[in-house]
Order: sequence, then structure tokens, then C-alpha cells
Amino acid sequence: MYLADLLLVVAILMNFLALGAREMRVCIRAAALQGAVLSILPLLVHRDPGVNALLMAAGAAAMKGILIPTLLQKAMRDVHVAHEVEPYVGFVPSLFLAGIGTALAILFADRLPLAPEHVGSLIVPASLATLFSGFLLMTTRRKAIMQVVGYLLLENGVYVFGLLLIEAMSFLVEVGVLLDLLVAIFIMGIVLNHIRREFSSLDTEQLAGLRE
Amino acid sequence: MGNAALHLFVVLAAAPFLLGVIGRTKAAFAGRSGPSLLQPYHDLVRLFRKGSVLSRTTTGIFLAGPALAFAAPVAASLLVPFGGSGAPVSFTGDLVLFAYLFALSRFFTAAAALDTGSAFEGMGAAREVSFACLAEPTLFFGLLAVARITGALSLSTMLAHPLSSGWLRSGASIVLVVAAWFVVLLAENSRIPFDDPNTHLELTMIHEVMVLDHAGPSFGLVLWGAAVKLFVTGAVLVRIVMPFGSQSPWLSALVFLGGMVLLAVLIGIVESVMARIRLVGVPQLLVTACLLSAFGLLLLVRSAP
Repeated sequence: MYLADLLLVVAILMNFLALGAREMRVCIRAAALQGAVLSILPLLVHRDPGVNALLMAAGAAAMKGILIPTLLQKAMRDVHVAHEVEPYVGFVPSLFLAGIGTALAILFADRLPLAPEHVGSLIVPASLATLFSGFLLMTTRRKAIMQVVGYLLLENGVYVFGLLLIEAMSFLVEVGVLLDLLVAIFIMGIVLNHIRREFSSLDTEQLAGLRE
Repeated sequence: MGNAALHLFVVLAAAPFLLGVIGRTKAAFAGRSGPSLLQPYHDLVRLFRKGSVLSRTTTGIFLAGPALAFAAPVAASLLVPFGGSGAPVSFTGDLVLFAYLFALSRFFTAAAALDTGSAFEGMGAAREVSFACLAEPTLFFGLLAVARITGALSLSTMLAHPLSSGWLRSGASIVLVVAAWFVVLLAENSRIPFDDPNTHLELTMIHEVMVLDHAGPSFGLVLWGAAVKLFVTGAVLVRIVMPFGSQSPWLSALVFLGGMVLLAVLIGIVESVMARIRLVGVPQLLVTACLLSAFGLLLLVRSAP
């Protein structure tokens, strides 16, 4: 259990990194590392992980840690966007918000009526904090790629929450989540391309105004 | 009494040596042979043999700056245990005194800078105090976390044996606190990503600009005080990372001094591989460090029985 909590701490730190980094590449890597770290978690939380769980973990790690970040970096190269993040809300305020969100997540998680084996573990707070950071990233960044990174964080939060159910129905939940994720990333990739073709930039600000 | 005298002697004599190690590391990275390890001592001797000039606009406060910049870190060093033995002075709650001794020296350094009436130095003073505002919560969150782990409220007992078992129980928190404190150490001692200790003539510098008007012995005191400050803040960090103590006082002293040299090498490496960050980026880095230590404390508060 101790090791699992340590990995969750790493995941929460990656939230801060993704929110505080000035370069998009760093944000993508933070999301990738977070996904990879979290996909090992089921092996540590599950009481007796079998071959199934092992394959799941390997698949999730490969997808979140390698495949999706590679796709994103390729998208970054293809559409020639600048490397800066360009936030609506500055870096220091976003970090403050994330810190407050994490503190509230920890306070709130202690009040939830959890199953006795989950009381005191970091699973619920880490999940809520990651969800919140994902939301923050999606809503306060100008570039469409950063919004995809925010979505990845959000999904990681959902994944952590799913760990609570791992004893009951691990395989179904995780495969469903992974498929959803991949499809969503594909759709976002297509949308990104369309935005660029239409506006020759990935700045979502331009989508808000009507054309004359 | 003998213990305290030895303690003071180690602080005063070994502190400039750390600067020498840092300089040597940076030289090695740059491919130079670099100044001798004893160069900081030569610099201090040279400064103390010089005369000094006082501007007519200055008052007594101008001289109080260097005096406090030297005396406060030395006083703070008495609260920190080096090696296996306890600190010469320790009482419950001395960690607050430890933090505010540095604040006192900062106040007088800034006041002395303002006393010269130079706008340039006033700017440096403004920067120094505004960054200190951001560094102080980090220090206190970390102190609270360590106090919580060890259940002690004086530096002497906090940084002793109980900490080794704390590493096993709450290693994550300690790692977070250590990382945050290392950032604060670099900021407080005006090392590179925050400030470049080598420059004296740039608009972006923070600490060095405040002491531009000091010359000769008073500048020597400022430099020596800065070295002692680096030694003392580094000593706290080294004691947290290596809270060992053995039966033989010589062995534990050796381990401690080895840790200090390692820390100096680490600072030298950081200074060699990083550039100074832009002034607007400094608050962001300090806030991140503050979040790290606050998060470390939060984990502890939660995992308590």
C-alpha cells in the first residue's frame, strides 16, 4: 500500500508540473509520465494480480506513456504550433488553484463513506485532484493541444477512481476506459487538423468570435 | 563551553571552504582549472586589510547591515547540530528563532541598502524582500512537516536520530520538503537560477546590488556572513538527508562534512548546467517550492493516526 501511495504522490506532482510548465512538450511529457505511473498501480492495489492484470497494465502503460504522447508530439510538429503554452490564467494563479484543489480533495475524501480498505489511502484524493487539474488545464489554456493534455489528465483521474472497483470488475472498466480514450484522442486529432485548416492556427480564441 | 567554541570554529573556518568547492566545481564544468580551494579565504583577508570609504548620506544603520549580516547567521549556527552531537544552544521552539534570525539579517541588509539613498540599491532591496516573502512559507511548512514527523520542536532533537525512522514511515513527505528547501537554499543564498553571485553590474541582480556601497572590512563581513549562511542552511538540509549519528564523534563529524562538500558540489553542478531564470519566473519557482512543502505537510497531517 505504501508503494501505491508513493506512485499517487508522483501523479499529483505531475499535475503541478503540467500546470506550471511553460513549454508544451513538458506538459505532454508530464501527462505521459502520469499515465504510465498510474497504469502500474492496479498491480499494486489488486490483492492477487493475475496475467490479465499484468497485460492490462502493460497495455495501458504503452498506450498512455508512449502511443498517445507520440501522437500528440507528432501533431505538434505537423501543425507547426509555437512551443509556449499561452494560458488565460497565469502560471502562478493556476498553481495556487491546483494547490487549493488538492488540499480540498484531501479534506473532502476523508468525509466520503468509503469501503474500509480504502480509508486512509490516497486513491480518492489523488483522483479528485487530478480531475480538478485536468479541468483547470482544459479551461484555462489557449492552445487546442493543451486542451487535449487537460483531457488526458482528466481521464487519468477517472482511471484512478476506477481503481476502487478493481476487485469487482477490473477488466471491463479498464478496457472500456482505454478504448474511449483512444477514440477521443483520434477525434481530437481530426478536429485539431480541421481547426488549423480553417484558421491556420490552433488558437481556440478565434473560434469564439463570429466571422463578418 | 568547549563544545560551543569548537562549533563556532567549524562554522567560521569551514564556511568559505564551501564557496571554494562550488567555484572549483563550476571551473571543472567549464574546462578550466579554476581558482584554488582557498581562494575565498584569500579574498576575505584581502578585504579585511583594506580601508573603507563611507558615503556622507549614510548613518549608523549602514554599518549595522554588515554587522547583522555576519552576526545573525553565526548565532543561527549555534542552534543547528553538526555531526552526531547536539547543538550548543537548544530549547523548545528554537526553530522559529532560527528562521527569524535570517529575517533579521535580511531586514538590516535591506535597511543599509536603503540608507545609501541610491535608487539602484533600493530596487535590489525591494526584490530581496519580495522574494523572501515567498521563500518564508516554504521554510515554515517544511519545519512543520519535520516537527510533525519527529514530534520535536527544537532543531537539535528534530535533526537527530528519530528522523531516520521518519524516512521509512513518511519518505515521500521528506523528499518533498528536501526538494522545496533546496530551492529555498538557492534563493536565500542568491545562487544561480535566482541570482548570479559573480556579477556586480547587472540590473537583474538581487542580493549583490544591496551591498555595492560596502567596501573593505564591511564588505568582507558581508561575504563571510553569506558564506556562513550557506553553511548553516546547507547543514540543516544535510542533517535531514543524512540523519546518522554514530558512537564516535569523529566519524559522524566526518560524515557531516562529507555531506556538506557533496552539497557544495551539487550547487556547483546546478550553477553550471542552469542559466539564471528571468525575474518574472522567480516567483513561480518559489511558489512551486512552497506548494511542494505544503503538499508534504498535507500528506503527513492526513496519514497521522
